[in-house]
Amino acid sequence: MTATALPLSTFAQAPRAHAHTGAIKLSVEGLHKHYGEHQVLKGVSLQARKGDVISLIGASGSGKSTFLRCINFLEQPNAGSITLDGQTLEIHPGTRTPPPAQLQNLRTRLAMVFQHFNLWSHLTVLENICLAPRKVLGISASEAEARARKYLDKVGLPARAAEQYPAFLSGGQQQRVAIARALAMEPEIILFDEPTSALDPELVGEVLKVIQTLAEEGRTMLMVTHEMGFARQVSSQVLFLHQGLVEESGSAEILDRPQSERLRQFLSNRLK
Amino acid sequence: MIELLQEYGLAYLYSDGTGLSGLAMTLWLFLASMVLGFALSLPLALARTSRHAWLRLPVQLYTFVFRGTPLYIQLLICYTGLYSLQVVRDHALLDQFFRNALNCTLLAFVLNTCAYTVEIFAGAIRNLPAGELEAAQAYGLRGWRLNLFLVLPAALRRSLPTYSNELILMLHATSLAFTATVADILKVARDANAATFLTFQAFGVAALLYMLLSFALVGLFRVAERRWMRFLDPVRG
Repeated sequence: MTATALPLSTFAQAPRAHAHTGAIKLSVEGLHKHYGEHQVLKGVSLQARKGDVISLIGASGSGKSTFLRCINFLEQPNAGSITLDGQTLEIHPGTRTPPPAQLQNLRTRLAMVFQHFNLWSHLTVLENICLAPRKVLGISASEAEARARKYLDKVGLPARAAEQYPAFLSGGQQQRVAIARALAMEPEIILFDEPTSALDPELVGEVLKVIQTLAEEGRTMLMVTHEMGFARQVSSQVLFLHQGLVEESGSAEILDRPQSERLRQFLSNRLK
Repeated sequence: MIELLQEYGLAYLYSDGTGLSGLAMTLWLFLASMVLGFALSLPLALARTSRHAWLRLPVQLYTFVFRGTPLYIQLLICYTGLYSLQVVRDHALLDQFFRNALNCTLLAFVLNTCAYTVEIFAGAIRNLPAGELEAAQAYGLRGWRLNLFLVLPAALRRSLPTYSNELILMLHATSLAFTATVADILKVARDANAATFLTFQAFGVAALLYMLLSFALVGLFRVAERRWMRFLDPVRG
């Protein structure tokens, strides 16, 4: 096992990622979501360029996870539009999910890493990583396995972990398998939904280290996180959500010099 | 005892001179019902857990009826009840099918075991971790691919212990076949008893044969569970 728990200060010393100026990869405009009367998202927009690492922060209930889940339609947004590489999905009030083919296309290009890992518990690590590339992307078994082994190595898991079932692994290892599963789709964007929130504190570092490596490779990522130190370190853009709206956004600088009172409060309430 | 076995040994095992009998017939009844019941139960279990009422409700009615009535009555209806209907006798194909006792028996057994199996699998499908299904959707699996590559394999593995139980009950339920003149183990035992009055020995041999089959079944499932349920070991402790 190469990865060990790292104190957060490790990240503070590493070079900071910079905003990218490439073409816009993903653009979300005016996303609305409500559950009955309760408005969770009241028009949230976001633009990601290739290589951007965007952190979504905010108190619980601010809508940040819902926003992320609306982007790949795990939650059906009520209004707004999502544009990936120039292809736009418009969502109008009352419309159902987008046509299956379009939805599948979108989902294969946005891979997701979940708070509770959500590995398929009846499949081995290798089978977990190979399933979607084989059955959704349609690549061959041998190619899928080669991919799986490559990405397992990348997230720092030993080759023998491939034959294990997820329940035999630690939380940190499971989340790293989940990241390998996302990478094996060779997605254009990776969505992280609080990837370290369900981990024991001593296991957080090994997962953040992997995500940091991905950021340094220039992968485009959206990340809902409570790890402020980490967000400051890797983000090219930070969005602070409050009650379903973007209260403040900008470079990672806003975490050091918040402009809005709410962000200032939010940051001072955390012990870092 | 020796005379009993000399006279009926072969009939107990596989042939009474006119056709398949005893152990072989019971095994055939069991395997045919199991295979057909299993194959039918997969699509029905998916329908049973569908969000569409027009798929779900008919299956629910089917399992309600077949789990709500005794197998013996189902067998009677399949074997004698249906054939007493003029419509059935007038229809060439149906007439041919229901004239054969083995067909009627198999039909009743398949429909019965299938109903229980549907509920076992449907229960396992409903209990799959929601997060795992969500992950599958997020990775682009949907429709029949989602069912075939994720939902069914995950549910079937988790169903193994309950399903093995159903199969053992089903094996023992095949002993009702003698009432439809099918020459299974119990039919041979009854014939042997009637001819020799060695009641204890005649039924004792039958009991031993059923026990043998049950043990084999339990053993097979133990191997299967070791292979396909290992993923739950840390969870089960």
